[in-house]
Amino acid sequence: MKILVPVKRVVDYNIRVRVKADGSGVDLANVKMSMNPFDEIAVEEAMRLKEAGVATEVIAVSCGVVACQETLRTAMAIGADRSVLVETDIELQPLAVAKLLAAVAKKEAPQLIILGKQAIDDDANQTGQMLAALLGWPQATFASKVAIGDGKATVTREVDGGLETLEISLPAVVTTDLRLNEPRYATLPNIMKAKKKPMEIVKPAELGVDVAPRLTTVSVAEPPRRSAGIKVANVAALIDKLRNEARVIA
Amino acid sequence: MSILVIAEHDNAGLKAATLNAVTAAAEIGARLGTDIHVLVAGADCGTVAEHATRIRGVTRVKVADAAHYGDQTAENLAALIVAVVDSSAGGYTHILAAATSNGKNTLPRVAALLDVAQISEIIAVVDVDTFVRPIYAGSALATVKSADAVKVITLRSTSFDAASQGGNAAIEAIPVGPDLGQAKLIGREMTRSARPELAAAKVIVAGGRGLASGENYHKLLEPLADKLGAALGASRAAVDAGFAPNDYQVGQTGKIVAPALYIAIGISGAIQHLAGMKDSRVIVAINKDPDAPIFQVADYGLVADLFQAVPELLAGL
Ligand SMILES: Cc1cc2nc3c(=O)[nH]c(=O)nc-3n(C[C@H](O)[C@H](O)[C@H](O)COP(=O)(O)OP(=O)(O)OC[C@H]3O[C@@H](n4cnc5c(N)ncnc54)[C@H](O)[C@@H]3O)c2cc1C
Ligand SMILES: Nc1ncnc2c1ncn2[C@@H]1O[C@H](COP(=O)(O)O)[C@@H](O)[C@H]1O
Repeated sequence: MKILVPVKRVVDYNIRVRVKADGSGVDLANVKMSMNPFDEIAVEEAMRLKEAGVATEVIAVSCGVVACQETLRTAMAIGADRSVLVETDIELQPLAVAKLLAAVAKKEAPQLIILGKQAIDDDANQTGQMLAALLGWPQATFASKVAIGDGKATVTREVDGGLETLEISLPAVVTTDLRLNEPRYATLPNIMKAKKKPMEIVKPAELGVDVAPRLTTVSVAEPPRRSAGIKVANVAALIDKLRNEARVIA
Repeated sequence: MSILVIAEHDNAGLKAATLNAVTAAAEIGARLGTDIHVLVAGADCGTVAEHATRIRGVTRVKVADAAHYGDQTAENLAALIVAVVDSSAGGYTHILAAATSNGKNTLPRVAALLDVAQISEIIAVVDVDTFVRPIYAGSALATVKSADAVKVITLRSTSFDAASQGGNAAIEAIPVGPDLGQAKLIGREMTRSARPELAAAKVIVAGGRGLASGENYHKLLEPLADKLGAALGASRAAVDAGFAPNDYQVGQTGKIVAPALYIAIGISGAIQHLAGMKDSRVIVAINKDPDAPIFQVADYGLVADLFQAVPELLAGL
């Protein structure tokens, strides 16, 4: 079976972004960009399923600007067989991405689509669920364990209060949580090989998808700053402060 | 027109997060002069519905009681919510749920079926169509305006007070939808604990990599949490290392908490961790590194070896 892995190009998780002075957004000029960490986990999971003989082909998909090619090359360096870039300069929101991915899925007919649970830039946590809805497929979000059986997947999910295990019929959508696996690094020979792997480039219009944003960003602001407090000299001083100044303990 | 709030529950009891969702709904409803309805979808969930009728501000509780809603699977639930919206005579302007794991799982599915955007984890209502939400792990706050006819919203419970009791809403049993049969619950492994729920706790004792082992995490933090009536939390590093269960993780991609007192022990204060706890009323940090970023948000910082400081703290309380 084929596995589709959507990967998003985002600001690297080590970067502390700054809000632009005019409040129009965050400053992304000359900032290091990387694959969304949850998507690295998704690519890794797809590779493991391929290595286990469950999957035959892994296809990475990214939607966005030309530079997303880099993200797709990274996915192919980890091991994806080929990739699709849905190229546009328009700001893409999760519903639009889900529609683009649904269009790609209809062409490719994968049995499984593995996405990250959340992009660390918009922190939306929506695309996988939306994609599953648009395709009419079941979903298993926040996965910490995936096993593929005959026409079905058994997925353990991280939920409030613990874990739950679902059995879903295939084709299906899975979104990754942090504990699903530890992604491998791309080796130099594989980075070289990835340069020759096929990348198809399409435009949203060719997929018949209207990607116009539904939400307008009115403004972006710095969060209120929490001022640093004081350092206390010892445990006794800490207890005194908590009891008599903050009054949070009896 | 009305506003629909999706109840968070476990079939036996209503979860507190529902009360925060009703408050957010009321802030929108006050501007529109609209009613608030609560949808309780579950199996044998009569007690939950009863409880929901008593939330102040709620005028109607719609109940869909069927075995296939018992496990809150997203496929059946989303289909039901869409049917409720489509069949409602007056129509709904907003659909709200707390950003719990159920809310986050189901509402984007609802939004896609309605062909509208979903607005994730709002922390403030600016107007009926305009909301504030954190992005980039809380490094920025975006004010977003929706052009959709129905606004599908999840909200951060910590940003809205709990609605009070004293309401007297009508209960309406609504037709149940079909069982789509796409997902089946095989099992649940819940973290059993007599301590308060992390998301709702007044005091949280959280441990990080500095604890060095799961044994230390339990030995040092549990007695402290017990003494303070606190919930236990953890950094991602502590969870990854197996010191604590997955659902203890506080942060950008874990739980968002805002207790009266948060004690961070052996946690450096990475931005992803701060994203989940920096709205706590009082933050205490115990860390041996005086330059640890956690001290930048701590009201009271103690530079010390936790292996000495924590037992001392316990003894002094
Ligand atoms: C996609 C993504 C999502 C993430 N989501 C989250 C999230 O939701 N929540 C989260 O917490 N992290 C998250 N992280 C991880 C985050 O970036 C940090 O790696 C993590 O928070 C570090 O955990 P820590 O503070 O326990 O460990 P460290 O950063 O290693 O800090 C350990 C601290 O313990 C102190 N220490 C050591 N020994 C002692 C001692 N004996 N006494 C006192 N102090 C001591 C050290 O000085 C140090 O400050 C995420 C990362 C990514 C990439
Ligand atoms: N522009 C994009 N291109 C490819 N995949 C995406 C894109 N945006 C989101 N995704 C996928 O959807 C997941 C969740 O993103 P979000 O819903 O934005 O938090 C990500 O981890 C990706 O797997």
